[in-house]
Amino acid sequence: MMDALVPGKPDGMGRERETIESAVVRFAGDSGDGMQITGGQFTLATALSGNDLATFPDFPAEIRAPIGTTFGVSSFQINFGARVVRTAGDQLDVLVAMNPAALIVNLADVKPGALIIVDENAFTVRDIAKAGYAENPLDNGSLDAYRVLRLPITDYTMTAVKSVEGAEVSNKESVRAKNMWALGLILWLFEREKAAVVDWIATKFAKLPDIARINTAALDAGYIYGDVTEMAPEIHPYRVPPAAIPPGIYRNISGSEAVSWGLVAGAHLARLKLAFCSYPITPATNMLHLLTKLGKEFNVTTFQAEDEIAAACAAIGASYAGELGVTGSSGPGVALKTEAIGLAAATELPLVIVNAQRGGPSTGLPTKTEQSDLYQSVWGRNGDTPLVVVASRSPGDCFDTAIEACRLAVKYMTPVILLTDGYLSNASEPWHIPDFSTYEPFPASHAIPADFKPYNRDPETLARPWVVPGTPGGVHRIGGIERKDGSGEISYDADNHQIMTDHRKNKIDGIARDIPDQEVALGPVSGRLAVVGWGSTYGPVNRAVDALIEQGIEASHIHIRHLWPLPRNLGQLLAGFDNILVPEMNTGQLATLLRSEYQCELKSQPKVSGRPFRVSEIVDAARELVEG
Amino acid sequence: MNLQTKLGAKDYASDQEVRWCPGCGDYAILRAVQKTLADNGADPANTVFFSGIGCASRFPYYMETYGFHTIHGRGAAFATGAKLANPDLDAWLVAGDGDSLAIGGNHLLHVLRRNVDIVYLLFNNEIYGLTKGQTSPASRLGTRSPTTPAGSRDEPVRAARFALGASATFVARAVDVQKDLSDILKRAHAHKGTGFVEILQNCIVFNDGVYDKLSNKKLAPDNTLKLVHGEPMIWGAERDKGLVFDIATMSPKAVSLGEGGVDASQLLVHDEHNLTLANMLATLDSIPGMPSPLGVLYSREAETFEARTRMDRAETASVEQKIGQLLNSGHTWAVA
Repeated sequence: MMDALVPGKPDGMGRERETIESAVVRFAGDSGDGMQITGGQFTLATALSGNDLATFPDFPAEIRAPIGTTFGVSSFQINFGARVVRTAGDQLDVLVAMNPAALIVNLADVKPGALIIVDENAFTVRDIAKAGYAENPLDNGSLDAYRVLRLPITDYTMTAVKSVEGAEVSNKESVRAKNMWALGLILWLFEREKAAVVDWIATKFAKLPDIARINTAALDAGYIYGDVTEMAPEIHPYRVPPAAIPPGIYRNISGSEAVSWGLVAGAHLARLKLAFCSYPITPATNMLHLLTKLGKEFNVTTFQAEDEIAAACAAIGASYAGELGVTGSSGPGVALKTEAIGLAAATELPLVIVNAQRGGPSTGLPTKTEQSDLYQSVWGRNGDTPLVVVASRSPGDCFDTAIEACRLAVKYMTPVILLTDGYLSNASEPWHIPDFSTYEPFPASHAIPADFKPYNRDPETLARPWVVPGTPGGVHRIGGIERKDGSGEISYDADNHQIMTDHRKNKIDGIARDIPDQEVALGPVSGRLAVVGWGSTYGPVNRAVDALIEQGIEASHIHIRHLWPLPRNLGQLLAGFDNILVPEMNTGQLATLLRSEYQCELKSQPKVSGRPFRVSEIVDAARELVEG
Repeated sequence: MNLQTKLGAKDYASDQEVRWCPGCGDYAILRAVQKTLADNGADPANTVFFSGIGCASRFPYYMETYGFHTIHGRGAAFATGAKLANPDLDAWLVAGDGDSLAIGGNHLLHVLRRNVDIVYLLFNNEIYGLTKGQTSPASRLGTRSPTTPAGSRDEPVRAARFALGASATFVARAVDVQKDLSDILKRAHAHKGTGFVEILQNCIVFNDGVYDKLSNKKLAPDNTLKLVHGEPMIWGAERDKGLVFDIATMSPKAVSLGEGGVDASQLLVHDEHNLTLANMLATLDSIPGMPSPLGVLYSREAETFEARTRMDRAETASVEQKIGQLLNSGHTWAVA
């Protein structure tokens, strides 16, 4: 994707900056090397320079895996460009490998001819062997297909640190600044400003001024090294012009932030306090951290429960008492919450369950992404227990889907599952900050209606009244045993069970009238090929359909946000296409759902490698489907 | 309801037909709870009964208050969430020994250590009733049941000891038919924090008579020790038995009072605030020949969950503004 456009301005050595449309860079190192921070700071600098971007942080489940091992490699990938960027990129234009393990793990993703920057100090006999190399890969010609910049980054960092007068730091602290040296070099390589990173260092190490000074010195040294050092002719700096993106105020946002803030916004629009009850689990824990930070000024209460079940129960208890109860987790935790979710459906109380999906089954792949909890969400409960399922498509989109989940939960007195995933939780993207004052409130009511009965229903929504304890004149009992239509008293009556089951189903089905009709994200509304996706595959699917159209293949992208109930027009829409391809990060769960609902013929494209789709994988599958 | 009129015990009974087995100990407890609410002048609209699953957990349906019959073992977690939302609710939780000590053991542990301001009534009949008579975690060694035809071999959980281990701030024990049960319930209710009461309750169908020694008028005096704060620990139909602490064996010892025996001044005096004493009392009846202590074993003042989490509602306009600021926080940039 490094397609040259026009020449840019020269660097400090008078070298021409080659102007390119986009680039994919991955920082890789030991999990203790600070690669996530490095990537995050490069992302910020890139966003400030006006590029569109998408990121993919990828790290091991172990907090600090043994140093130098392949399973301890942590990486951060960013795709940025002068055009709209929708994925973290398929193949790497630049790989920064801080040790041999990072090189061996990531080499397969590097484009031929791409730039590989390595810290040669880390290529010791011991670490080369630990990574699984028989001999030093820097010396045996195995990297001849690439442009390799081998630098003693650790030594350079130490020199830079020593130049900081009076800094009292340990050897270990000095070495740890090497990620900033590498970051400085990459900032030079892509003509990025250092200022935001310098500010960040100052804030981050405000209480450790010496650490701040040595990190800034390392950053400067890396940048200056690039700017004033002669290098082989094939290594030269780049320029990625700003992207044409809609005007407005932007910030970077991760899915965890967006979903947390969306929940706060949703509760506020419902004019309720938010009770977020959770239990730590990767990759959902960040929501609990972020919301705890907000606290009472935002009408947010957080509760770290004793287990996943208690977290769901406490959230339902909070809803019962009149707040908006929300619980967050990942698949294994949601499995534990299932019985409680059933009670929320039976007692018809609002509840939002955020599932940041990860690889399964069981503990599975805690830090790797997957979207394999769709069956669990739509169908995974005992009894006929319908509820609402909504999925986010990008980090920024988590904000609006979280609000939508709150709206539906409160309006229809129902549990709503909001599906995000590990990729969305950790990835970030530039976000066009919305004007929050333009969001329409949807105030909840705890008022006692005339002729109050706990299970009388609103004729339009079929929701029951939300009368909460503490309300004079509203005394009543609810529970998990089947309730008599209207009064809510215990009822074992067969006909009543039929009536109540129908009510629950009709209520959820009816929500289809209150959600937008399914739109086509890209391409014609009928024709040769629809690529249908949901959740975080939005980016690669959209980019793939774009590429197919460019290649002269008529194709459309349909992205489903409301997974249950499905949009009313979806069946008809799908019927208008000759071919349907459904790429998803599971073994074909949406494909099954669509087949079962619409009896449509479609081709499933499953992938469960723990990593997002590559655009090329979807393009290839689509071509194979339509061209045979 | 018009609160100007004082409500009687019957006013706290709902219109639902009570469906426990005739002769079940739960009836006596229901009456005692209704009497307690009446004596306290409880506002039905601000009172909530939570429960899990089991015979005992049908309790909320029979109370003319708010009620939430939840899922097995988790009543405490629902109550905790409700109190997080509305700390002013007068919340009670009813749970059996299976509900509290098997499937819900974790939640009992945590509701106690959090000191959530509720009354926790553990109806302990030492058996699973609703599923027809299997052993519970509270069943005594050797209990024969469909799942333990040769007699149970797992040590029973002692609820009061468990509660003290979980840092409970109020622990009491009572028998279902005890005349002054309501007094103990009032104490538990008045306590700021979790008022934990283990009520020894007879299951007439699957474990009948398991507490006969404690409830039978003739047997009870010799087998129960009524605890009174500040009073020496004396029991027996003739009030002739007393409790001392034997330093040599580091254990409690029963002694005879009166002629040839020990003087009452030598006896241990009950002190509700003494955790060491409470721990000893919580296991006293596991020693052969020792009585079952009834009454308040332990109480102490401690900050409640509600005091820690209470949160006044912020103004809508202020939250609206805060959210706007939040979205625009951190590094932002303008695209023209």
